[in-house]
Amino acid sequence: MTFDAFPYAQPLHGLVGGLLIGLAAAMMLLGAGRIAGVSGITARATGLGKGDMSPSSAWGFLAGLPIGAAVVAVLLGLAPARFAEWPVLVVAGLLVGFGTRMGSGCTSGHGVCGVSRFSARSIVATVTFIAAGVITVALIGALS
Amino acid sequence: MSLIRKLLPPLISGALFGAGLTVSGMTDPARVRGFLDVFGQWDPTLVFVMGGAVLVMAVAWRIQSRMAHPVFGEKFSLPDRSDLDRPLIVGSILFGVGWGIAGLCPGPAIASLALSPLSVLPFVAAMLAGMALQKLLTQRARAA
Repeated sequence: MTFDAFPYAQPLHGLVGGLLIGLAAAMMLLGAGRIAGVSGITARATGLGKGDMSPSSAWGFLAGLPIGAAVVAVLLGLAPARFAEWPVLVVAGLLVGFGTRMGSGCTSGHGVCGVSRFSARSIVATVTFIAAGVITVALIGALS
Repeated sequence: MSLIRKLLPPLISGALFGAGLTVSGMTDPARVRGFLDVFGQWDPTLVFVMGGAVLVMAVAWRIQSRMAHPVFGEKFSLPDRSDLDRPLIVGSILFGVGWGIAGLCPGPAIASLALSPLSVLPFVAAMLAGMALQKLLTQRARAA
């Protein structure tokens, strides 16, 4: 399935992946009674954040992420993606780590779990980080 | 045995999550930056990812509201704040800027440790450093 107007889009892959992500988050909510927010779970696992989730459960979830990614990459025969140079990644990583903790969540916790719950905080956070990302990409494009 | 039984549900949830991120192309920074590139060659795939995930989670929240406790736990432990404060906004802006620079947020970054470990490692390390720095500054501000 493709859109003529957006030749790069993969809507069907996006939708299938999105349903899987929703299923994963639903399992965490209905099974463990918790939010599947990756930044919060990462902080919990590394002792950088408080919460009710046990560190072992947090590590279990985090270990699952690359396992699931590896299985799909093998099944679909995906080529490795291209990443920015390491100094760029370090700057971006610092901002993402600091910002997600300060703002109490990222794309998963606010964007998926919070938005679907109609949480005002999560809707405001999601609109804010998408807007900041759009402006950043536009500025980098204009300057380079 | 009890540890395996405890680790398995979060591990499966994490693996489903990582699989979804990879199927949908969200582990490819170029695709994520394509979504943020609204003024250039916009790639709307992420809309379908978030849409699919939010759809499943909206149903999960309806089910959750009728449950007394999670399937594998005694009580739900969910965020209950509704105030819009400065850290929420400032943190989300910082996160969005980092997201736009590298095309990476916490979930895809950790999932990518299986796909391109060396390329993504600087981002993950810096992200943890950013989280640690945020914790340190918050503790200092509280102490002062």
